[in-house]
Amino acid sequence: MYPDYMSKSLNKVIQTRNKRFELAKSEKPVFPPMSAKERDEVLNKFHPDYKKESRRKINIGPNKGEMLTTEVADILESHSRIKPESFDLSKPDYETDILIIGGGGGGSAAAITAIKNGAKCLISTKLRLGDANSMMSQGGMQAAITKQDPPTRHYLDVIGGGHFDNKPELVRPLTEEGPEVANWLEELGVVWDKLDDTSLQVLHGGGTSRKRMLSSRDYTGAIIMRTLMDEVRNHPNKINVLEFMPTVELILDEQGKCAGGVLYNLETEEYFTVRAKATIITTGGYGRLHIRGFDTTNHYGATGDGLVIAYRTGGKLLYMDSVQYHPTGSVFPEQIAGFLITEKIRGAGGQPINKDGELFVFPREPRDVESSAFIRECLERKNGIKTPQGRVGVWLDSPLIEMLQGEGYIKKQFPAMLRQFIRYDIDITKEPMLVFPSLHYQNGGIEINEKCESNIPGLYVAGEASGGVHGRNRLMGNSVLDYNVFGRRAGKYASTYIKSVKLSKLSLDHINRYEKELKSAGIRTDRISPVLLPSYTPEDVRKRQLTAKYEGTLR
Amino acid sequence: MANKENFVNVFIMGKGYKVPAEATIMGAMEYAGYQIKRGAGCREGFCGACATVYRLPGDYKIYTGLACTTMVEKDMWLSQLPAIPAHKSIYDINKIEPNVATIQKLYPEVFRCVACNSCTKACPQDLEVMDYIQAAKRGDIEAVMDLSFDCLCCGLCAIRCPAEIVQFNVGILAKRLYGKYLAPKSKELNIRIKEIKKNIYDKEYNDLMTANKEDLEKQYYARDMEK
Ligand SMILES: Cc1cc2nc3c(=O)[nH]c(=O)nc-3n(C[C@H](O)[C@H](O)[C@H](O)COP(=O)(O)OP(=O)(O)OC[C@H]3O[C@@H](n4cnc5c(N)ncnc54)[C@H](O)[C@@H]3O)c2cc1C
Ligand code: FES
Repeated sequence: MYPDYMSKSLNKVIQTRNKRFELAKSEKPVFPPMSAKERDEVLNKFHPDYKKESRRKINIGPNKGEMLTTEVADILESHSRIKPESFDLSKPDYETDILIIGGGGGGSAAAITAIKNGAKCLISTKLRLGDANSMMSQGGMQAAITKQDPPTRHYLDVIGGGHFDNKPELVRPLTEEGPEVANWLEELGVVWDKLDDTSLQVLHGGGTSRKRMLSSRDYTGAIIMRTLMDEVRNHPNKINVLEFMPTVELILDEQGKCAGGVLYNLETEEYFTVRAKATIITTGGYGRLHIRGFDTTNHYGATGDGLVIAYRTGGKLLYMDSVQYHPTGSVFPEQIAGFLITEKIRGAGGQPINKDGELFVFPREPRDVESSAFIRECLERKNGIKTPQGRVGVWLDSPLIEMLQGEGYIKKQFPAMLRQFIRYDIDITKEPMLVFPSLHYQNGGIEINEKCESNIPGLYVAGEASGGVHGRNRLMGNSVLDYNVFGRRAGKYASTYIKSVKLSKLSLDHINRYEKELKSAGIRTDRISPVLLPSYTPEDVRKRQLTAKYEGTLR
Repeated sequence: MANKENFVNVFIMGKGYKVPAEATIMGAMEYAGYQIKRGAGCREGFCGACATVYRLPGDYKIYTGLACTTMVEKDMWLSQLPAIPAHKSIYDINKIEPNVATIQKLYPEVFRCVACNSCTKACPQDLEVMDYIQAAKRGDIEAVMDLSFDCLCCGLCAIRCPAEIVQFNVGILAKRLYGKYLAPKSKELNIRIKEIKKNIYDKEYNDLMTANKEDLEKQYYARDMEK
């Protein structure tokens, strides 16, 4: 329930709703979309990335000298969890064809594809299989399937949304293989939303010029992820899944080819070594680093580990200066602060409204532009609504959806959202939600080419951990597509590569070299990475943990 | 947390802690000083990692909930379940049929359902779990798919079930069967896949991929919008 003091503003939303409804029904845009110049202005002034403290120079490694997101530079300029001399690499604990690091959507798609090509896989994952951002996507997956929407149109939307920084050789497979992926997933048993005439339902997302968002109600990620997981588990002889066993370093061979990793059992605190002919990083994003202090939509294990372990081997990063804030994170009630409100809400006609009941931005600008416009509305124009806890947000008018799409639409298309709010006595079919940007997505990552190869031979990367596909701004629905397209590609190319590769002696020397580099750059720090899990232990509790030793965030 | 004065007592695995009254169970455990390893995934009600059982004072009932979305209550006695033992049948999705025989073969215990409704009562998503198990017995794959659609696989139904059924895995099987075999196929999708195989977009792609930034920008900002 909203506190009484908000009712004045809530009434204004109701008062303007009919007029907004009439406009939304007409052929005219509900609000003029921004020009290139207006986009630049609002981004420069209000996007958190453009604040001075948001970036700093990285002093070591392959991206040395570049300006990176501060928190990313911090985890890169950190010590390893391990001492190389503690390991006897001549007797690895596990041997496999392909080590897949990260049991989310990308990792699962890679494994399912690689075994088709005869490879054996080992999945190292931090929490349970499927405890991943992939489980959480709500809105959908883009795929250009309608007559009016050739895949090249999808290409144009992607590259414009990414401010033309995307690597063209990655955008092409992303868009061109979308229809094939939609079909592949359906053949595995994914239940897509369909219309009465059997066609796939397509909706708009931010930055789309054609309707091309496929969905599974608002449990899209859960449906896809559980299908992929179930398929992974149907092949226990070919895919070995090690849960609560994150990878904390990569292993190279003497020629510098990637040759496996060091795994850490979170529960028994033992370390294990894996020798693998090829390695695929699918560790997802970094929301749990709480960049700039933002709340996040991400799962518990999203701490950017893949970036760190790849960087220590010399893996090059791309666009790690750009962070995606999702425009519509929840700000009220406090218990669900930061939680994602799917963009599909705006795709279905929901509108962002200020305290006076006015629409103040085209509802489907690319995410960074939309987020910046929300921040401007709240901070500069002071047209936001304050919560009792001191947060500020704008309304996201969901009841309008019921007027546009018909009564019962929300219940059918947004069961997760409805449930999320009804727990706190807010019925989103009748009342709007209160939203503000939330830390959502890692736009950049480890640079790959169209075969998912990094610059380290034998090291493949796919999904959110990779960089180049989305330029500096990903559009909604393209990340689920990304981890499927490139997860499959990584599985395909890695399983071909292993047929000819010959590994020499295994080595962890790169860790020693990295430590030396830290030292000679004069970096003195007690930071340890990969971070593995965030810690939400209150300060006063920590102070009493007298005999505990923290290694990074973990005791 | 909100109001510093507003605290309640809860018993985490039997031990009392003062925690903010407006905390979720997960928030309360972390506030008390637990570093969660098992028992947290999405933290938003999607993954089912955080199944929790609890009792309230003066009430004989056992309650179930998700730690990430259930708020603490005064004197709540709670315990998170680190993992739920559950078997999953291994099958080849290409070699099974969407009918009751498949259910019989892969999850025969479904037919032991005594319709006690314990599963439905335990479901933190308020799904009609028993109804979908009954539908599975009839081989009504579509109904199982529909009723189990929002299932998070938290496993609370399975541990409450006197017939020892693993409801959520039956739900996953049914959804896969429906998606693959019963859902009506999209003609548009097939046409598009064929077009792409015939390379009819090659030229357009090549033009776009070799265009310079100004050109692309022009095309991008001039593109028409589907209403
Ligand atoms: C709430 C939410 C909603 C979203 N909605 C959409 C949407 O509607 N459409 C869309 O296209 N995209 C959406 N996204 C984005 C999209 O879901 C993700 O970007 C995508 O699923 C990432 O897939 P992935 O396989 O690369 O990573 P993930 O699915 O995050 O998987 C990474 C896996 O790696 C594991 N891991 C991490 N570190 C290690 C380590 N050191 N060792 C071993 N394992 C490790 C993690 O535990 C996890 O299991 C959403 C994201 C969120 C958070
Ligand atoms: S942590 Fe995922 S449902 Fe609670």
